[in-house]
Amino acid sequence: MTLLDLSARTQEGAAGTVARPLWEDSEPLRYLDEHGAPVEGGVRPRPDILKPETLLRGYRALRFARAFDTEATNLVMQGRLAVYPSCRGQEACEVAAVHALTEQDWLLPTYRDSAALVLRGIPAVDALTLLRGSWHCGYDPKQWRTMPQCTPLATQGPHAVGLGLAARLAGDPSVALCFLGDGATSEGDFHEACNSAAVYQAPVVFLVQNNQYAISVPLRKQTHATNLADKAVGYGLPGARVDGNDLIALNAVLAEAVDRARSGGGPTLIEAVTYRMQAHTNADDAARYRQAAEVEYWRERDPIDRLGKYLTATGALDADIEAEIDEECERYCEQMRGQFAEEPAYHPDEMFEHVFAEPTPQLLAERELVRTEYGFGVEGTGR
Amino acid sequence: MSSQVTQVAPPATPTTMAKAINAALSDAMTEDEKVVVFGEDVGALGGVFRVTDGLTAKFGEERCFDTPLAEASIMGTAIGMAVYGFRPVVEMQFDAFAYPAFEQVFSHLAKMRNRTRGAVPLPVVVRIPYGGGIGGVEHHSDSSESYFAHTPGLHVVTPATVEDAYSLLREAIDSPDPVIFFEPKRLYWSKASVSLPARTGPIGTAAVRREGSHATLVCYGQTVPVCLAAAEQAAKEGIELEVLDLRSLVPLDDEAIERSVGRTGRAIVVHESVGFGGFGAELAARIAERCFFRLEAPVTRVAGLDIPYPPPKYEHWYLPDADRVLDAVDRAMSVG
Repeated sequence: MTLLDLSARTQEGAAGTVARPLWEDSEPLRYLDEHGAPVEGGVRPRPDILKPETLLRGYRALRFARAFDTEATNLVMQGRLAVYPSCRGQEACEVAAVHALTEQDWLLPTYRDSAALVLRGIPAVDALTLLRGSWHCGYDPKQWRTMPQCTPLATQGPHAVGLGLAARLAGDPSVALCFLGDGATSEGDFHEACNSAAVYQAPVVFLVQNNQYAISVPLRKQTHATNLADKAVGYGLPGARVDGNDLIALNAVLAEAVDRARSGGGPTLIEAVTYRMQAHTNADDAARYRQAAEVEYWRERDPIDRLGKYLTATGALDADIEAEIDEECERYCEQMRGQFAEEPAYHPDEMFEHVFAEPTPQLLAERELVRTEYGFGVEGTGR
Repeated sequence: MSSQVTQVAPPATPTTMAKAINAALSDAMTEDEKVVVFGEDVGALGGVFRVTDGLTAKFGEERCFDTPLAEASIMGTAIGMAVYGFRPVVEMQFDAFAYPAFEQVFSHLAKMRNRTRGAVPLPVVVRIPYGGGIGGVEHHSDSSESYFAHTPGLHVVTPATVEDAYSLLREAIDSPDPVIFFEPKRLYWSKASVSLPARTGPIGTAAVRREGSHATLVCYGQTVPVCLAAAEQAAKEGIELEVLDLRSLVPLDDEAIERSVGRTGRAIVVHESVGFGGFGAELAARIAERCFFRLEAPVTRVAGLDIPYPPPKYEHWYLPDADRVLDAVDRAMSVG
């Protein structure tokens, strides 16, 4: 048999081909069904994940994320934000990612992950600086170990690799968790990041929130792959496809991935199957590209309702706690409204700061030009 | 400043530019363990130009390592490592192979300090062997400096001498800002007797390589020796040309240019990259803005042609040489 003699195998192959599908259409990993009841043969989380207080903490965070997202949506309607990409329906991914990490770990968010920023502890007014249009990033990424929200899709992937690799070289047990969307998996940087992370065995977790749409383009036009998680095979990575609206399942999958990364086991690619309940942003019109019935289908699979039903059934959650959470959320949102009631003062000098460590003579000259042009010659004046 | 160090300089020895760059990398890695070097083939092979020769053996695979063939990932990994506190020096194997990394450079490397209000500086050095004249087949001879110089937030430097190759790279690695370090590959094997470590001038300063009074040749990188050769020939005909090596495109030493051109009254801007929309256009505009009333002749550009870089058998027609520079000098001298 010569090296190229494939006859023996083609005879066995049904369609006379050697290449064959390597995937199966797998159901996402679940702990709860859409009604909040444990599924048979579902994912089996670590015992600590199932502790009532842990689950209740998760539920509170889900409710908080929804309240924040709703308030931010209100703010953009009122013209207080320049734009807002909502994460409504995806709160379980936001919460699970943040809760999977410790303070020493790095989080790499996209523009849709503002909820994760506030869950991480960043004040809302700083977390929303980008979307308010006040600056590009309103918080200190090093203080919060949270990179600026990334807009060019998947370009934060290689940064996660670098952060993970650096942590390993420094001898720190830090992990980098990188948020991505389904559309981002078509980008070259997604491929390069997965491949490099795998080669370096960097402590990285790639969490793809497959919310079914990249603005208007549905997943079936984004990829011919059956599952995004299957892409892990090509990189020699462990991959998992998980129900992105099932907080317990997400916690289980993420805990395993983060543990693996932290203990030197390398990166993991996770696909969380979820749904973007709102349009891409307030400027988008989702009615042009998707049916109301589809949105309804996913409304019935809401991540908050699902966990709420389970916790109520197990006795961990009752009307009193719900009322308490309502009150907390309302207090937070009221504070948020207050913080956005007035625009801060802006000064053109700020644009010229931090282009370089030291401004070049050319930048100083330009700054002077703008100052003069707009009457900012004297500190605190100008239009 | 390290240039002020008053230790006894080692004896001058003949050194190539490639060796000087290698020495700069090695010295920087010795002095600061946060300096890491990575890129395609930089490990066991020592780089396709052998510039990283011996670094893996000396510092280990954690400090000098081969990467997958993925330039965006190399750049993005450098950014992540710099955020964490490292000082990465990455190699883009050839000018045209840096293009896949453009988005990382433009959208992140150049902007991170500004978008985080100074919280996240990125001390990353990107080494790019550039330019033609080495008989390279397509995609191996581009001069891509304009793309980078056009991007706010990047320092862009290129040495023309062996000593500067060492010094500018050390300055680049010390810099708190991202630096695009263009290595004139035609000059990799140029030799000079130098005593290293040496520090010449900081980033942002130009150097007069030859003094003259009749016209100024403004040049950088590979065109510096071309201009020096032209000046040598012109001197035989009694024309004294000043050769100003920019060294740094960003920040640009406007003062040095004004000082020289203001005195000579004539400027010929010489670079190898495409002329249209090129860095020379910026130089010509700035000279016109700053020296208009002292100019005796229009500013002239000598540049690469406005065509895709030609195949090796044609490149001698493309590359600015001393004759083309002297023709431009003649045109400038015939005015006024």
